[in-house]
Amino acid sequence: MTTFLAAIADGLGRGSVYALIALGFVIIYKSSRVISFAQPGFMIAGVVLVTYLVEIPGLGFFGAMALGAGLIALLGLGVERSVIRPMIGRPVFAIAIITIGLDIILRTVAHAYIGPLVRHVEDPWGREMLTVGTLRMEQRHLAAVITATVLVGLLFLFFRYTRMGLAMRAVAEDQEAALAQGVSVGAVFAVSWALAAGLAAVAGSFAAAGVSVDNTFWPIALYALPVIILGGLDSLPGAVLAGVVIGVLRSLADNYPDALSWLGSNPSVIVPWLVMVLVLVVRPYGLFGTPEVERV
Amino acid sequence: MSVLTRGVPARLARRDPASRRPLLHTSYRSDMALLNSRAKRYAVLAVLAAAAALPFLLADSDLNLLAGGSAYAIGAIGLMLLTGYAGQVSLGHAFFAGVGFYTAAVISGDPDGRSLGFGVTEILIWLPAAGLVAAVVGAVVAPLATRLRGLYLAIVTLGLVFVGEHLFARWESVTGGPSTGKRPPVVELFGYRMDADGTAPLSLGPLSVGPFTRQQQMYWVMLVLLVIFAVAARNVGRSNVGRAFTAIRDRDIAAGVIGVNLTKQKTVAFAISSGYAGCAGALFYTTVLNVNPNQFNLFLSVLFIVMVLIGGVGTISGAIAGAFLIALLPRISSWLADVLPLVTTRPQDVLNDSLMQFVLYGLLIIGFLLFEPRGLVGIWSRVRNWWTTFPFSY
Repeated sequence: MTTFLAAIADGLGRGSVYALIALGFVIIYKSSRVISFAQPGFMIAGVVLVTYLVEIPGLGFFGAMALGAGLIALLGLGVERSVIRPMIGRPVFAIAIITIGLDIILRTVAHAYIGPLVRHVEDPWGREMLTVGTLRMEQRHLAAVITATVLVGLLFLFFRYTRMGLAMRAVAEDQEAALAQGVSVGAVFAVSWALAAGLAAVAGSFAAAGVSVDNTFWPIALYALPVIILGGLDSLPGAVLAGVVIGVLRSLADNYPDALSWLGSNPSVIVPWLVMVLVLVVRPYGLFGTPEVERV
Repeated sequence: MSVLTRGVPARLARRDPASRRPLLHTSYRSDMALLNSRAKRYAVLAVLAAAAALPFLLADSDLNLLAGGSAYAIGAIGLMLLTGYAGQVSLGHAFFAGVGFYTAAVISGDPDGRSLGFGVTEILIWLPAAGLVAAVVGAVVAPLATRLRGLYLAIVTLGLVFVGEHLFARWESVTGGPSTGKRPPVVELFGYRMDADGTAPLSLGPLSVGPFTRQQQMYWVMLVLLVIFAVAARNVGRSNVGRAFTAIRDRDIAAGVIGVNLTKQKTVAFAISSGYAGCAGALFYTTVLNVNPNQFNLFLSVLFIVMVLIGGVGTISGAIAGAFLIALLPRISSWLADVLPLVTTRPQDVLNDSLMQFVLYGLLIIGFLLFEPRGLVGIWSRVRNWWTTFPFSY
């Protein structure tokens, strides 16, 4: 039972990281119907930037993270303006491939700045545990859960109560109608790319807490793909819930390897992908997504 | 004498009109022919002759690069059939290449080695087997793929790469595992080792040539295979199967309405395409000593997509051109390192040539999609049109 609870706690921490990255995917998908494969690139760029920013005295982990997320959001803005905007109206597949190109560039440059040694985000928690009775949870995971909760709350308020949030919801609903009502669709695209990039940077910083950053760090961001498939490509609550589910499933697979021994050692690496395939067979639009309607 | 034939020698004017108007086809047969104009026939012949003569002109290291390019091209042609003709996206071709590679490596592997091997080194046996096994695996995956479209398909095939990588890394009795790796298949044609330097000159009656180095021999093997695979793909493209593919690509619902069996044709497309990828995987690594299971990763899949894309979606020649450009990119980026200031060839510098190489992959994708979505083939057709109408611009 203790193992089980510990696995759940661990999974919540991992899951909130996945949820934040997945939110970025969903925000971009809702505004432009494109899956941006550049998210891993933005994440690793953000993490590497944070590892350099924490070296500024007095900034600290949170300061560096906020500053890094802001800068990466600006980068997302610039990328959208220069590369994605000219592609509007072209097939979504072409735009998705462009994001793969972006991802390669961002990742290569970020990896070059990691250098021959590993880097650290210098978070305040390390691998310290928090013990409440028999329940033990890593402090970094608790911090990730709290931060993710706060950010999701802020996003909710943003979408619900600001003009830009309203514009984004309008564009997600019907792009042409929104355009006809005077909503600046271009601005909506720009903001969604900035948000997605910033969220990826924050998520990456928490994923890097307590571990070291090297060239094999980036695939963490790809677990957001099973997450968005499970939650539904166009559902923000789905992304959050599915992120937690995938995180918990991975932790359970780590903690009970015997139950999955037929998958070989370290089964948690592929559990999310198997879940994704299962979801696609049974319910291709995910738990909360809108079923795709094909009009002839 | 009409305006059109003025200045044309009488000898030419008497010939049938088709000879002077290459785009005029008087029968369906000539329209659908493999090389449907005289210029194309001569051009293909010239390119093939030049390609066959290259081993006498280039250094062995260049030949190695080009042989790898030919293997890449086979995989790119396969993906072109799936993506360019049938319109189905696959990010999973690294997995199929891996399946093909391990099939070939097991069949030709050392029977007394640490991992499974049967010791059959004849390329005419292991290459078709690699293609066949990969095609069967492709057909097994296809039912899932036929239910999905567009980006969903891209994501599920991406998942396939990760599942495959995990599988290859764990199945140590076949793949050798990440620490040991697996030796690539031995290339032996009718009992003659192609992947070893020739020892004695080859004599055919009074003629005597060689001996050739292994790079020269492998280059020719790959070139011949590339031609075979390319012609086969082109023939698929202009058959009823190919027409069904393009119908699905253009509008799958419409294709279904006019009687194309969507499930069947998509499965066929997947099977053929993965078969090509399997052969490419088996061939590409014949030039290296040892293959680690993590070679078959997402980046290889992306490379295949890039080749198809910068070549020009929908043409076999585009896939070949794209594959060679990608294969030559390491050479191009080290050349750029010499030309550009700040870029060095020292790996410890941030701005080195291997970084340039990866950045170039990304820039090529973005640049071609933004400025020339039809790829290298598009550039070529622009150049050709400019000269056709010269000196007028339209």
